[in-house]
Amino acid sequence: MTTATTGTTAVTGAVGTAHTRVEGLAKVTGAARYAGEIPFAELAHGWLVLSTVARGRIRSVEDAPVRAMPGVLTVLHHGNAPRVDGDYVGMLGKPDPTVAVFQHDRVPYLGWPVALVVAETSEQAREAAEALVVRYDQEPHDVAFFAGRPGTYTPQTPGTETEKGDLEAELTASAVVVDAEYTTPEEHHSSMEPHAAMARWDSGRLEVVDSNQGSTWVAGELAKLFSLDPESVRVRSEHVGGAFGSKGVRPHQVLAVMAATVLHRPVRVVLTRRQMFSLVGYRSPTAQRVRLGADPDGRLRALDHQAQSLTSTVHEFVEPSASVARAMYDADAHHTVNQVVALDVPTPTWMRAPGEAPGSFALESALDELAEKCGLDPIALRTRNEPDAGPVSGLPFSSRNLLACFEEGARRFGWADRDPAPGLRREGRWLLGTGTAAASFPTMVMPSTAAVTAEADGTFTVRISAADVGTGARTALTLIAADALEVAPDRIRVRIADSDFGPAMIAGGSMGTRSWGWAVTAAVGELREQLALGGDIPPQGITARADTTEALGALPEKERHSFGAQFAEVAVDTTTGEIRVRRLLGIFAAGRIINPLTARSQFIGGMTWGLSMALHEEAVRDQASGGHVNADFAGYHFAAHADVPLIEADWVDDPDDDPVGIKGIGEIGIVGTAAAIANAVWHATGVRHRNLPIRPDRVLLAGGEPAGGRHA
Amino acid sequence: MREFGYRRVHDVPGALALLGADPDARCLGGGTNLVDLMKAGVERPGLLIDVRELPLDRIAATDGGGLRIGATVTNSDLAAHPEVRRRYPALAQAVLAGASGQLRNMATVGGNLLQRTRCGYFTDPAKPCNKRIPGSGCPALEGEHHNHAILGASEHCVAVHPSDMGVALAAFDAVVSYETVDGPGELPLAEFYLPVGETPHLETALPPGALITGVTLPPAPVAAHSRYRKVRERASYAFAIGSIAAALDVRDGVIRDVRLAFGAVASRPWRAREAERVLTGGPASAEAFAAAADAELAAAEALPHNGYKVTLMRNLVIAMLSELAETDPAELNGGTAR
Amino acid sequence: MAPSTSSAITLNINGEKHALPVDHRTTLLDALREHLDLTGTKKGCDHGQCGACTVLLDGRRAVSCLQLAVAAEGREITTIEGVADGEQLHPVQQAFLDLDGYQCGYCTPGQICSAIAVIEEHAAGWPSAVTDDVRPEAGPPPLTAEEIRERMSGNLCRCGAYVSIVQAVAQAAEAEQKTKEAAA
Repeated sequence: MTTATTGTTAVTGAVGTAHTRVEGLAKVTGAARYAGEIPFAELAHGWLVLSTVARGRIRSVEDAPVRAMPGVLTVLHHGNAPRVDGDYVGMLGKPDPTVAVFQHDRVPYLGWPVALVVAETSEQAREAAEALVVRYDQEPHDVAFFAGRPGTYTPQTPGTETEKGDLEAELTASAVVVDAEYTTPEEHHSSMEPHAAMARWDSGRLEVVDSNQGSTWVAGELAKLFSLDPESVRVRSEHVGGAFGSKGVRPHQVLAVMAATVLHRPVRVVLTRRQMFSLVGYRSPTAQRVRLGADPDGRLRALDHQAQSLTSTVHEFVEPSASVARAMYDADAHHTVNQVVALDVPTPTWMRAPGEAPGSFALESALDELAEKCGLDPIALRTRNEPDAGPVSGLPFSSRNLLACFEEGARRFGWADRDPAPGLRREGRWLLGTGTAAASFPTMVMPSTAAVTAEADGTFTVRISAADVGTGARTALTLIAADALEVAPDRIRVRIADSDFGPAMIAGGSMGTRSWGWAVTAAVGELREQLALGGDIPPQGITARADTTEALGALPEKERHSFGAQFAEVAVDTTTGEIRVRRLLGIFAAGRIINPLTARSQFIGGMTWGLSMALHEEAVRDQASGGHVNADFAGYHFAAHADVPLIEADWVDDPDDDPVGIKGIGEIGIVGTAAAIANAVWHATGVRHRNLPIRPDRVLLAGGEPAGGRHA
Repeated sequence: MREFGYRRVHDVPGALALLGADPDARCLGGGTNLVDLMKAGVERPGLLIDVRELPLDRIAATDGGGLRIGATVTNSDLAAHPEVRRRYPALAQAVLAGASGQLRNMATVGGNLLQRTRCGYFTDPAKPCNKRIPGSGCPALEGEHHNHAILGASEHCVAVHPSDMGVALAAFDAVVSYETVDGPGELPLAEFYLPVGETPHLETALPPGALITGVTLPPAPVAAHSRYRKVRERASYAFAIGSIAAALDVRDGVIRDVRLAFGAVASRPWRAREAERVLTGGPASAEAFAAAADAELAAAEALPHNGYKVTLMRNLVIAMLSELAETDPAELNGGTAR
Repeated sequence: MAPSTSSAITLNINGEKHALPVDHRTTLLDALREHLDLTGTKKGCDHGQCGACTVLLDGRRAVSCLQLAVAAEGREITTIEGVADGEQLHPVQQAFLDLDGYQCGYCTPGQICSAIAVIEEHAAGWPSAVTDDVRPEAGPPPLTAEEIRERMSGNLCRCGAYVSIVQAVAQAAEAEQKTKEAAA
């Protein structure tokens, strides 16, 4: 039994110094178990069957012969599945109806779940699923997305459109105008770990072992879907093999619960890579028009950003690409709008930097075009248009150190030596060029609860329903708790990803560490008050809890964002269309950096996504079938080792005025990267590429007709 | 994946006996393509005959400077072999440009010759495909064909052969050896792959029940001065959108021997014989290289979204031959090799 | 008579023999994960397109998702669980840990197994697709960052940890080189 103090000598300084991941040893030895890797006695395996038509009705599911196949335990489909309630409002709004599986015979897109085969082994389930005959009454479908297509509308939700000043008048009065259209393709999260869930009933409680971004979130959704007492649902998600926005409640968890309920035994459902392309969301393709009007010195008079994306016919999700301009640049007339069209496709969802990633490609490319037209250095143009307050909101910035990022970045990149003229530098078969772009991402925070226990052995246990999807959250929270308790990090044990720990923000929106760190800090404050009363620590320890709901409500309204400056150097062979990125440098102003080691990894990871978005990623939809023709990793390319040069990421001091000073770092790395690369390709070749990805065929044909989209 | 039998064989007669007895049997080498397609539901064999332990894993020099390569030699061993690297460097480079280190350790020469197209319609059993289900149609014609054939295709199929190794083998006049219960046979690579025509599902001229035993590369001094280049949509671990194997022998400014083969442009590795004919005996200049490329590509028939391949292959011919001839590709009239 | 569709086999994994019945359809990857509780080997794509399932077969790296378990009988299989020397991490594992050569950790066992083989393949003089001159007379290429990137390209990482992975492989290769020189 120890006395109730945090230690005789105060230890601080964990935050801000590099620490390897607390689960690192488990990850490099293969000991870390992910959702599909925990054995259960009597475990049965579910295999999904997806629709092969893009619109219509299920006429029949001919399950009788399949039920007779070896090892098959059941075949669930709309004709026999338990009823669920998909008409609820969850933590983040109404669910995509795709999670209310097998409730009717309608098929709204290709890849819609139509049956689940459950068998003793996964091999038996797979063969039976492949053998299952499903007949459809097919209806004509429409999956063609393009700029200005009929049916495009402006959603009636707040924040869709912002407007100030007389746009047309300011454009007319502008000495220099850029009016350009940009497109980005359908992109997929493609976490390395496929979605997997095991469900079982244990002593009247539903237990789900899952891979998700928020265990309390998923538990809440499942409770609502199955009309269960929230206390009777427990979801855990210890290790998560990547998520990027795709790991919320999805059909596999729902089906595992259904099957476990029907069969009275544990059931695991793992999605195949191909199934992931239609079941876990994706980033919508976008078509964007940016109009910039400026005085000869580059000062913006008009800024207009119109963005279009698609959604499904069953649920509205809007990729808010035009919103990025609301924080970035002011103009006398300022207009942004996010529009959408409903097609016979799966519903898109949040994917790393939703809105900012595609939006910054268009906006930051247009800024580069404006700099060229004005004869200005691209950094000077951005400096000239640096706002004093939120361009649309008029609110003060909590901190805005964008120019410090450009200054430090330009110094390290050697920007001062750059000749702005395009198409001049050659090295063998390669043309060389450099480019830059700005980045920003909102700093948000959501209520969370946390508990901290002073254990009798002198250690401390933190419990919070956080998720570590590869971000280093578990380690960051360890360091935050250590400094708050003024003890060494090795005396802290952080337990996460268990819905029994109470409500907490999900790993999303770059809000995780900020939201959870706030709650952990608050809980430590409570604990230290209790410990200050003195006395011995009982065997069960002393536990303090905190809920940040009230504290966050008191936060003054401000423009809160992370900022960054991206720099790229590329080599382009215009005779083969190949592009190689030779250097990337990102300098960020992102608040207080908790763990420099893992923070750098996250920034670089985001920038790698930006590279991939610029050059590789593109899901191709076939108009005839309505489905993909490249729904695997041989067809859907993201960057491999050979594509990724030495990427450097660093940060400038960015003190903020709020109690924790933490901003998000998970998403800003991707923002602006694709524009910096596209701007560098222009600098190398003299050709503007406004359609992503910048494929070899597009580079090859850039002298002639644009290669256009791959939508057939 | 349906259930199947598995037999491991240790000698060629044993393999042939099993192959002959079961029309549903397939040979399993590294499995890198076959197992993949079985999982996709494209291949559904009833029996797998594991041929990896057949005594066909040797690379031997032949009289006069050629090589005989056993059918179960792995891609890695082929690319690492000193005589391959010395006599046919483009072959080593082609193999190294394919797949990944892991897959090259598994894949075999025999399997590589028989690998099937990566066309997205072929690999998805939910979609029509004349190669998979004769008569079901070819959606690529009207659909996604950005990486489909510009040479030798037909209205029934425009898929391309994915092999890199095969491109170098085509350039160097490889001959495929096989055994059947009736005895051995040989097929020059030029005759090994059948024209697409109306029967895209019939891919090779191998007789039924045949087992590929090896590949012979005849002596070709020109091959010692050869290179392979592959263009793809990421820098590694991706199939080609266009590739080229080239060998060049120039003496006194005159081309004595030249070999050219293209990848990812046709249903088979495409030997560019017309270009070779135009070049042989002529000067090694950028203009001659361009003229040869144009002669070969005159037969190209592009679809709406793959016409870039004509430009790409023309540029690759000029770039590769210029590199081998150590001339400047930019010397071409007009200044650019576009 | 239809051939049997399952077999009783013995797999030699990390120096231990495991007897098990297998459905012929079972891949080595599924045998490891579902039947032998060796879940360190990961399933990312199940089609040889990501490298997460990389193991060593007879000392050479291979994707276990395209390797049928029945066909792996008789071969020496090394998985991530078998690369350390007891409590002593393999130098590649240690470098990944120290340099943060991962994020979510799911591709990590495959990256590590692949990296171990890359260092050996390079030491054996194997050229790569970025080796300028593959002729044996040119000698083995130095293990530059470019060579490491090309050789590791069969292992995808969606978190984007490539930069630190390449640094980790270089550091481990250097450490092994020094150990060899010290022993020589």
